[in-house]
Amino acid sequence: MSDLPTIFALSSGAPPAGVGVIRVSGPQAGAALAALAGRMPDARRASLARLRGADGALLDEALVLWFPGPNTATGEDLAELHSHGGRAVIAAVEAALAALPGLRRAEPGEFTRRAFANGRIDLAEAEGLGDLLTAETELQRAAALANLGGALSRQVEGWRERVLALSAEVEAVLDFSDEEDAAALPECFTWNIAALADELREWLARPRSERLGEGFRVVLAGPPNAGKSTLFNALVESEAAITSPIAGTTRDVIERAVAIAGVPFTFTDTAGLRDAGDDAIEAIGIARAEAELARADLVLWLGPEGAGPAGAWEIAAQADRDGFTPKAAALYTLSAATGAGLAALKTALVEAARASLPKPGEAALNARQYARLTEAEEAVRAAEHLTDPLLVAEELRRARLAFDRLIGRATTEDMLDTLFGRFCIGK
Amino acid sequence: MHSFDVLVIGGGHAGVEAACAAARMGARTGLVSFDLDAIGAMSCNPAIGGLGKGHLVREVDALDGVIGRAADAGAIHYRMLNRSKGSAVWGPRVQADRVRFKAAVQGIVRAQTNLTLVQGEAAALMLTGGRVAGLELADGTILDAPRVVLCTGTFLGGVLFRGEERFEGGRIGENAAKRLAQQLRGADLPMARLKTGTPPRLDGRTINWAVLEEQPSDGEAWTMSPLTPARLNRQVFCAITRTTQAGHDAIRANLHRSPLFSGAIAAAGPRYCPSIEDKIHRFGDREGHQVFLEPEGLDTHMVYPNGISTSLPVDVQETVVRTMPGCERVAIVQPGYAVEYDHIDPRALTPDLQLRAIPGLYCAGQINGTTGYEEAAAQGLVAGLEAAAAALGKQAPTLDRANSYIAVMVDDLTLQGVSEPYRMLTARAEYRLRLRANNAATRLTGLGIEAGCIGDERRAWWERRENLRKMFHVKHSERVHARKLADMGLPVRRDQGEKPLAEWLRYDGVTPEALAPWLADVTALDPLLAEEMAEDAAYAPYLARQDAELRDLRASEALPLSADFPYGEVPGLSNEMVERLTRAAPGTLAAAGRVPGVTPAALSALLVHARRLANGQRAA
Repeated sequence: MSDLPTIFALSSGAPPAGVGVIRVSGPQAGAALAALAGRMPDARRASLARLRGADGALLDEALVLWFPGPNTATGEDLAELHSHGGRAVIAAVEAALAALPGLRRAEPGEFTRRAFANGRIDLAEAEGLGDLLTAETELQRAAALANLGGALSRQVEGWRERVLALSAEVEAVLDFSDEEDAAALPECFTWNIAALADELREWLARPRSERLGEGFRVVLAGPPNAGKSTLFNALVESEAAITSPIAGTTRDVIERAVAIAGVPFTFTDTAGLRDAGDDAIEAIGIARAEAELARADLVLWLGPEGAGPAGAWEIAAQADRDGFTPKAAALYTLSAATGAGLAALKTALVEAARASLPKPGEAALNARQYARLTEAEEAVRAAEHLTDPLLVAEELRRARLAFDRLIGRATTEDMLDTLFGRFCIGK
Repeated sequence: MHSFDVLVIGGGHAGVEAACAAARMGARTGLVSFDLDAIGAMSCNPAIGGLGKGHLVREVDALDGVIGRAADAGAIHYRMLNRSKGSAVWGPRVQADRVRFKAAVQGIVRAQTNLTLVQGEAAALMLTGGRVAGLELADGTILDAPRVVLCTGTFLGGVLFRGEERFEGGRIGENAAKRLAQQLRGADLPMARLKTGTPPRLDGRTINWAVLEEQPSDGEAWTMSPLTPARLNRQVFCAITRTTQAGHDAIRANLHRSPLFSGAIAAAGPRYCPSIEDKIHRFGDREGHQVFLEPEGLDTHMVYPNGISTSLPVDVQETVVRTMPGCERVAIVQPGYAVEYDHIDPRALTPDLQLRAIPGLYCAGQINGTTGYEEAAAQGLVAGLEAAAAALGKQAPTLDRANSYIAVMVDDLTLQGVSEPYRMLTARAEYRLRLRANNAATRLTGLGIEAGCIGDERRAWWERRENLRKMFHVKHSERVHARKLADMGLPVRRDQGEKPLAEWLRYDGVTPEALAPWLADVTALDPLLAEEMAEDAAYAPYLARQDAELRDLRASEALPLSADFPYGEVPGLSNEMVERLTRAAPGTLAAAGRVPGVTPAALSALLVHARRLANGQRAA
């Protein structure tokens, strides 16, 4: 579209980095590529080019790629410049692009938005892409990929078909009641509605995709000097730190997000739990620790046996120390200093986390999808308990509407703006 | 003298409503018919209304149309279908005496000011610069008119089939408008063929009524039009019989002689109203099919056997009807037949039922692929109002899917087209809870008054009713404590405190009758309004939820797509999508969402592209 600006942005991570990938999408992408590279490279083939600014000055030597539309990620002409990832280089290439007519910097989410607008992906897929691009662990990646691949869309289509079939039965009763064939609802009708409502409820009870971002929350708790910090360090130190969990406010707890075996965790080391006595500051710290315990998925209890919160795992730490008192029912006995027992604990943690996080490759619902699905479940549940077929039909219609909205059929611009607002520039 | 604002061709249900509506709007209107005495004839089933159809009748009536009052004038049997279900799907239906119905229609038509009746055969449209300019009659008379409404029913290229026999014409004994049909074909309009059929007519004197189950007129007092103060005619009863195995065997043995199965008729017929040979063929395991024996009038012995429309040869028809209980010695007065006819793909029409290809030419009724008197009448009304409004520079009432079945039908037709004769069903209306047959006046008469298509009598009636409504609102807002209701034996918990009566009406078992101590006096003033307001109160939570949905809908209705919107240029739209959208030419983004097969992704692409175009135009 000639009236549509061509957009560009750095698509790879923030400089400095080894390589900086700058994407250009839109009708002027080809012209921009030719202007910088001095020639038009073959389509869909990587080649080396010297990038020059308008004044002819050499900017960088880069790998360039040319993808003519519409069969591209955005559905438009697309160019990629893989330049060196230094800040100055990136800035210079971006400045040269900005100086070209018809080009401007991309707004957040704009590449995805164009892919969506050009029919390359549907709404659930777009959300999947958003999740994929922010995924930092293997589990997050797999879930995002499932959505991007349309797993959720297909599931919703299936439910929608079932509701349509149920609707058809009610409508037959309403519109053809004088016909002998359609005098009453079949006996299995209510049963089928209930089965669908149960299935929707089961989906709603599944782990949500936000959980993948936050990770499985493990809190280490116990009295001071119980070995919490040593264990904490042992758990997080050798693992890949991740940075995406919800913004933490400053608190008197130390929190680290790591991935173990591809599963996202947030480990929290709390202030020691004991009666605060007169120390007001410590009292605040303890209150926060208790709050952490409340929102933990799992507590590792390093204190006296049986004194920890319900459901906590009894850990007998500091097994290497003199005077170590073993717990009678310790789940794990370990020494962070020697590493004994640590591997077994990690394996168990990964297992527990996997059970409570979305399964790999399974579509998981985000907050928006969850709200829509809740609406559908409410409507189907209401239909199950109504006797007036007219109102049953109305509730089933509401369920269909919720499904339509879930996959973006009855979409409004507001919803699109909200959705695309969460993408980073250049994605 | 031969100059009109609006010219209507055809005197069937669509033509009558179109002509009268245009005239009510103040347009100088002409109604052209082969035979003025045939105006108002019922060519098929002598019944008006039914499920979905009753809604249309009440809506046409609410806009001061003809069909409701004429139905009452002819009614010899009233029945509220679906009475056991929620009132939104009640279907008022009458059986009408053909003679009385026709006389009533003719009386209304002849009394209508601004309306001139012209007897003659419409031969050809006059076109100037691609626009309609008038009509030439077969005798060479020229009628000038900038707006012409085609309501030609099955007269357009109609062929009748009865066994091996073929006849040209729309109804038995009338000529098809062949020249006009040729002209429309020449205009390269998208056309297709459909079929419909009628059953044989029986001589009631040869039916043994005594052995049959009777279905009397219901004992209530309602009428089709609120302007009809009471039921006018003696009420008769219908009877129910059924087809039998012996009859089915006869049909099976002769299937090859039915044009539906011999291949002579290829067009699609209505799935919801199949011929008896279709029923036997498709549901062969059934032991019998219900047949309603409906008297055609008070002064005739003709009986219409509803449920056995057929195009089998006469001898087979006779065998089949005589296998039905009570009909062992029945005589056929007129055999049944099938009609195959041309219709215009209604996607070629704009929402005012005007042909996009020939500005000034409107189409209504069977020519648009619909079936039924009520569907025809409703389209006639729309075309007449719109044609008159366009000719006079006025505004027709704004109808949409949330305020009328009429708009649901027009929207369905113009966006989705038809693959079988289109018949109204309540399932087609998504806002069914608010579109009830009994609140049509509330929904539409006010809009009609604004547009100027409502006569004095109805206007006075409506204004009186609106005043009463205010009294009802006052009564409904009175707060009553749960204890009081529980003491009266109503099924409410005593601890629920005080609520307005309107809210109590939502509770199961709290009926307007049960609240008589508070409502009896206003109810007595207008029992029908009382019923309507009580239903509004009961449905209130559902209606409130729909309101939110409607706000969204109206937001996307606000994004217009022009008739020449360049779908081919929208990136990401498949060829199939482009073809569907181009053919349907939806007027808004919301309408595009209702075009069948349009995917979410396509819709989003459309949204973004349309907004982009709109922005571009603003910038330019």
